[in-house]
Amino acid sequence: MQPILELDAVTKSFGGLRVTSGVSFSIEKGSISAIIGPNGAGKTTLFNQITGYLNPDHGRIVFEGEDITRLSTREIVARGMGRAFQVTSFFPEETVLDNIRVACLSRLNMTRKTMKSVSEFTDATDKAFSILESLGLDKQADRQAFELAHGDQKLLDIGIALGLEPKMLLLDEPTSGMSPEERLLTRNLIQKLWKEFNLTLLFIEHDMDTVFGIAQTVRVLQMGRLLAEGSPEEIRRNPEVITAYLGEEVL
Amino acid sequence: MKHRHRIKEVGFWALFFLVFGLIPVFAKSEYHLVLANHILIWGMFAMAFNMLFGVTGMLSFGQALYYGLGAYWVGLMVKTFGEAWFLPAIGFGVLSAVLLSMLIGLLVIRVSGVYFTVLTLAFGQLAWQITFKWYHFTGGDDGIQGIMAPGILGNHIVYYCFTLLLVAVSIWILRRLVNSPLGLTLRCIRQNPDRVRFLGRRVRRNQLRIYVISSSFAALAGGLMSGVNNSIHPDMFYWTTSGEVILMGVIGGIGQFFGPFIGAAVIIIIQDVVGARTEYWSLIIGLVMMTMVLLLPRGLVGEIQAFMARFKSGAGNRG
Ligand SMILES: Nc1ncnc2c1ncn2[C@@H]1O[C@H](COP(=O)(O)OP(=O)(O)OP(=O)(O)O)[C@@H](O)[C@H]1O
Ligand SMILES: [Mg+2]
Repeated sequence: MQPILELDAVTKSFGGLRVTSGVSFSIEKGSISAIIGPNGAGKTTLFNQITGYLNPDHGRIVFEGEDITRLSTREIVARGMGRAFQVTSFFPEETVLDNIRVACLSRLNMTRKTMKSVSEFTDATDKAFSILESLGLDKQADRQAFELAHGDQKLLDIGIALGLEPKMLLLDEPTSGMSPEERLLTRNLIQKLWKEFNLTLLFIEHDMDTVFGIAQTVRVLQMGRLLAEGSPEEIRRNPEVITAYLGEEVL
Repeated sequence: MKHRHRIKEVGFWALFFLVFGLIPVFAKSEYHLVLANHILIWGMFAMAFNMLFGVTGMLSFGQALYYGLGAYWVGLMVKTFGEAWFLPAIGFGVLSAVLLSMLIGLLVIRVSGVYFTVLTLAFGQLAWQITFKWYHFTGGDDGIQGIMAPGILGNHIVYYCFTLLLVAVSIWILRRLVNSPLGLTLRCIRQNPDRVRFLGRRVRRNQLRIYVISSSFAALAGGLMSGVNNSIHPDMFYWTTSGEVILMGVIGGIGQFFGPFIGAAVIIIIQDVVGARTEYWSLIIGLVMMTMVLLLPRGLVGEIQAFMARFKSGAGNRG
């Protein structure tokens, strides 16, 4: 196994509250895996530490063999870490196209250019359109992002991350707030994107059909601790996980 | 959508050159030429200010600092070395605004929101105090009179055409800037700075860039203005100058590229019309402004645009 991301005893407290408690795991390059756990377990906080939005108190985070624990978000993103957010994050007043194009321009290091119109940057524009097509948002390219339906905004958030051509992509509850039909579509879409963009994909999700449907490995977080890690079957049968989180109905 | 953009743009430029090109032909007196010149220069100043506020979301209350700086470079150099230095002084003013805004920018962009606003205000007032108190060098409260542009530029019509040209070029540059990748990045910073960090971009660095750009156009406006009025005054540094430029933006519409220019025109014309009739003009202007801000929160251009959009979608529904 060739790891792309390694966490070693990552620990973080807010005041007296330990939100991440000695979490260690390692993620295989090219894999697709999930993190599950009850509300407030520290899942999002873990993403925040991996992406340099928060600094861990202790422990180490290694990305492609390089220690990124203390690097800034900007530096971590530049190394190929992408992220979409639990609370959908995009640029509401810009067009759908420009939301993704700005990411493509950033990837090409073109955001300092001042005298040419964005549409003249054909590389970035083409790339943005191809991402929109992959997401099925191309018909809405000229709409302002705030006009989109919630589900499409979640996809747009992912699209912005894809515009940076990340090696690894973190998705924080990609199907939250969606209807069951949308969930199914999104689940298939995530799997498609994973293959199409050669990503290592790590996602947080509460929807168990999505988790057990597409993850190769599932990790369970509870009160900041890594409670269990294993294949979907192992996790489904793990008695600790059942009492802590899954309950009876999944069986 | 793109099409509509194009029409608006062509419309602005056609109207701009039609109105301001014909003013020297039809102006009944030199006074009208001066008025038109004020609209041009304040309009450009307000548009440059809006790169900070409307585009990037940074409400600077201290752009008067750079406006005054540009004016005093011209005033002091012409007074000390003669009118031949008029044009170079405009250049030096812009250059020193670049340097000073980089320095001050490094300090003020460290804070955001209202703290940024207050800090910029403080620096502006500091510059005003210095200019006001340093009588021997700046002329203090008296300001500097008799600033003449050299040679043919001394002719009012020629000088008007000179400002018209420089203002048009400035607006064109700002327009390119807004449509460029930097412009897009700046708008994204206003809407969602955290996400911009996740694009691998430095928010503060880009805020500094636009602070420097906007301030250098403010200095150009100040330099040009000294040749219109032939005199300058420490009030060019005063907070009311910064406030006026904010007001122009808000009245015209900060969400619109051309809005602040229209706002400048409206305010200057109101000041002129009302000021000529009553000594309570500042009270009346205040009331007019208040009414406009309350009734037309998107600014003149913004409201017109919203009205057209509503009209259009209404027609679409019926058809
Ligand atoms: N910046 C912060 N300051 C203080 N406490 C925080 C902060 N961010 C998160 N917390 C707390 O840390 C705990 C973990 O939050 P986190 O958002 O990581 O949970 P989560 O597992 O993502 O939950 P959910 O499933 O609801 O999204 C919560 O108790 C939360 O209130
Ligand atoms: Mg969360």
